[in-house]
Amino acid sequence: MLFAAKSYNFAATGSRERIAWLFLLPMLAIMAVVTGFPLLNTLWLAFTDASLTGRGYDWNWSGLENFAYLIDDKNFRVALGYTFYFTIVSVAIEMVLGVLVALLLNQDFFGRTLVRTLMILPWALPTIVNAMMWRLIYNPEFGSLNALLLQFGLIDFYRSWLGVPGTAMNMVILADVWKNYPLIALIVLGALQTIPKDLYEAAAIDGASPWKRFWHITLPGILGPFSVALILRTIEAFKVFDIIYVMTRGGPADTTKTASFFVYQESFSYLRAGSGAAYAVAVTLLSAMLITIYIIALRKTEHAP
Amino acid sequence: MKPVLKLILGLGLLTQASVISIGSATAEDLTLNALYMKQAAYSEDDIRAMTTAFEKDNPGVHVNLEFVPYEALHDKIVAAQGAGSSGYDVVLFDVIWPAEFGKKGFLQDVTARIPADYNDKIYDGAWTTVDYDGKRWGMPWILDTKYLFYNTDMLKQAGIAEPPKTFAELSADAKIIKDKGISKYPIVWSWAQAEAMMCDYTTLVAANQGTFFEDGKPAFDKGGSLEAVKYMKQSLDDGLSNPNSREYLEEDVRKVFSSGEAAFALNWTYMYNLANNPKESKIAGKVGIVPSPGVEGKSAASAVNGSMGLGITANSQHADDAWKYITHMTAMETQNKYAKLSLPIWKASYDDPAVTAGQEQLIAAAKSSIGAMFARPATPSYPELSAILQKKIQEVLLGQATAEDALQDAVKSASKLR
Amino acid sequence: MMERTPLASIFVYGAVAALVLSILAPVFWLFIMSISSSRELTELPLHWIPQEPDFSRYIRLFTLQEGSSGREFLYAMRNSLSVSLMATGVALVAGVPAAYSFSRYPGRMALLYGVLVTYMMPPVALILPLYMVFSWLGLLNSQTALVIVYCTILLPFVTWLLKSGFDGVPIEIEQAAQIDGAGLFQTLFYVTLPVAAAALGTAVLFALLLAWDEFFYALLYTSDIRAKTLPVAIGDFAAGRATDYGLISAVGVLASLPPVLIGFFLQKSLIAGLSAGSVKG
Repeated sequence: MLFAAKSYNFAATGSRERIAWLFLLPMLAIMAVVTGFPLLNTLWLAFTDASLTGRGYDWNWSGLENFAYLIDDKNFRVALGYTFYFTIVSVAIEMVLGVLVALLLNQDFFGRTLVRTLMILPWALPTIVNAMMWRLIYNPEFGSLNALLLQFGLIDFYRSWLGVPGTAMNMVILADVWKNYPLIALIVLGALQTIPKDLYEAAAIDGASPWKRFWHITLPGILGPFSVALILRTIEAFKVFDIIYVMTRGGPADTTKTASFFVYQESFSYLRAGSGAAYAVAVTLLSAMLITIYIIALRKTEHAP
Repeated sequence: MKPVLKLILGLGLLTQASVISIGSATAEDLTLNALYMKQAAYSEDDIRAMTTAFEKDNPGVHVNLEFVPYEALHDKIVAAQGAGSSGYDVVLFDVIWPAEFGKKGFLQDVTARIPADYNDKIYDGAWTTVDYDGKRWGMPWILDTKYLFYNTDMLKQAGIAEPPKTFAELSADAKIIKDKGISKYPIVWSWAQAEAMMCDYTTLVAANQGTFFEDGKPAFDKGGSLEAVKYMKQSLDDGLSNPNSREYLEEDVRKVFSSGEAAFALNWTYMYNLANNPKESKIAGKVGIVPSPGVEGKSAASAVNGSMGLGITANSQHADDAWKYITHMTAMETQNKYAKLSLPIWKASYDDPAVTAGQEQLIAAAKSSIGAMFARPATPSYPELSAILQKKIQEVLLGQATAEDALQDAVKSASKLR
Repeated sequence: MMERTPLASIFVYGAVAALVLSILAPVFWLFIMSISSSRELTELPLHWIPQEPDFSRYIRLFTLQEGSSGREFLYAMRNSLSVSLMATGVALVAGVPAAYSFSRYPGRMALLYGVLVTYMMPPVALILPLYMVFSWLGLLNSQTALVIVYCTILLPFVTWLLKSGFDGVPIEIEQAAQIDGAGLFQTLFYVTLPVAAAALGTAVLFALLLAWDEFFYALLYTSDIRAKTLPVAIGDFAAGRATDYGLISAVGVLASLPPVLIGFFLQKSLIAGLSAGSVKG
């Protein structure tokens, strides 16, 4: 196995570089070989007016025309607005809920292992099943949500959940949060378990308040995995597609139509490969911007305490 | 560069013995790849049986069948062009795609292959399924349209002797039923933001004698096309149509109707047998079916063309054999044999006792509906036009815009389409 | 752990109860739907407990007959399992050393962010060029194609999660191992990885579930039972003109079992690994 390479050692600085690159090589090779071509292809398309035909792409260079168009495209801006709303609201709730639940699961209580295993359940339901399940739960006539709320006297009549602009997006977010926050909880829980307990005991002896203990011991201990989870969830949420595809298909009146859905329609339904690629590049750039802001903010937090 | 890439990716294969590309054919035999959808009116078993019969008659030709959800059908056909000649040979396509697929070269022009005597033997409505730009891009195969279903029990209770023949009568009957407390929302539709809504809308446009285009320019902001949207909105305002229609697809409509919550529903042929099946429905045996109503002074009945056709892809290397297969699948003998789930495209079939037996009421409705089948606009940019209309009509139904304003907006956006 | 006051205990158990309820309620409803007849599902007012529980769908899903839904389901289960396991395996083989490199030889984080950028691209933009590549390699409708694609989806996640796990491992214990004469790989496998077991477990579970979940690539790249994965099969079940929501629910319930079982055992071994770990106080 890999042990053949026994001779490596924590050697002098010159070979440190080489070792570092050697270790990175498999990952970089896989990424470059598999995503290299599609990525270049997309970049090329973004600067053309290509349309997809039965004989391949029918294209001419168009320079920055696609980007000039998309900046002016009101529908795209609206879709971006919904995307940001979905991303920020769902990720924020998932993070807060995830940390709270992780703290809870880190307590001693009867049946802890079982409850921890249970946390995998929402996450193990494939997104499509999750989306269909919630669609059925929200069904205005035969869904269980209306029945439940009515029986508890919380509503007076059956109402529509996915057919009302505004509400529809929030209900999709609820379904998404339910599935994804356990993931945050488990990642944070994993980090919590690596914080040495004597740190807490020492702090307790020093008379530090629970809030202080959280701020000075817990938070620094979970910050690394927490920020990974935050960033990865943000990227995922920004690309949201499947759950919307199943639950609302962008309706009612486009109020759940997100950027990925927009790209999908542009390139698959309307076959405009060129502008579809330009929209995809724009989405990627915005996502990268968002992540950069995060990373800068997280760096600051890391150095603050 | 290329061989290196191939080698690197090839390394991943060593562990994988079961690698099969969709196009691999053995040396002497010929394999056709055919793409169907799960929701086809014909069941998967029927399609397999039809295909087996073809293989028996044509030794050496093997047909590989793939079934995908309707939602994935368009994407699959589009993506498969990247597979070149190892992609599909025969594909099932929806009535709204020939313009796009013909113009962009996804399908082969088969006009010359169709025997001249077919023209009169097949319904005109069926032909519009495959026509674009004066050419034919395949053979019609599944003939379908939306009918008006009614709950015979509820009509009887309300003292209504005859099912409505016009949309005005439909509203009036619904009002009686609502006022008598028989059903809270007597009519249910599929008006979610989806193609389903376009089908309901087109039915209403047909009834109102509206048009989508005049002299090649979008014209759905006036006349019958505007009336259609106004009718939809009015029936919601009057509480005659189920407000949840705005988030419903066909299956939701079927559930609401089958559970006995609604007196009327607009839906495809398939609901007839399912609503009459006691395992699926509470109202089995109480299901009436008539052509979708007309509008007084304008039309006697209305229908949307919801048919599908079989075509040969542009990249197919076996066009002759593919055509032979399509000819077999669309032949009258084949279609008559499996007429319980999908009605034939052939006029003569509708007088064949083997076809009509046991479904007389449906056949009667079909005869008049098929003659009235109205097509959604045949334009290469239909998917986008449809998306614009879906959004704008939903805005009207949700009370965010008036019918006039919304449709004018839609015309404005549609005029920019290429 | 410190002693809790009775009030705190009540709070903890109350919160745990609420948590369990919120997780189980929707899944419980999914199960109820899977054993209710189509007719009963559209009954008003709603039946919380079906009058005649109907387990026929589960039986159907386990009959391996030509053209039956069981055949489709079981093959899809097999494909999903092998694709996710293989993709996770490959992602680990490449991701562990990469994460170690990022953690122990800092200064190359920009690369990781670069890899992340490829991940930010909406998949719909990458799906067609990849389709052409796989078609040219003759890999369409094969598990291999999915393993290759998923591997690139999993790698950034796995690498980064592991990096942050390795960051938490004190460098001193590695140095101690070095002094004892262990090579770099031995240190990584016998010292660092066991200590970072929690992060490793999370990363494995994470990777498995990410691959388990993927739908859109699988939808376009597979065409029959040889390679279709569970989400695609579920999409197929949902597609029939007469959708049997009970059947979809049953598939959903069954589809969630393997990950839950894997997660359960992973957690057990993790807890064991943790208590055996050398630095835990």
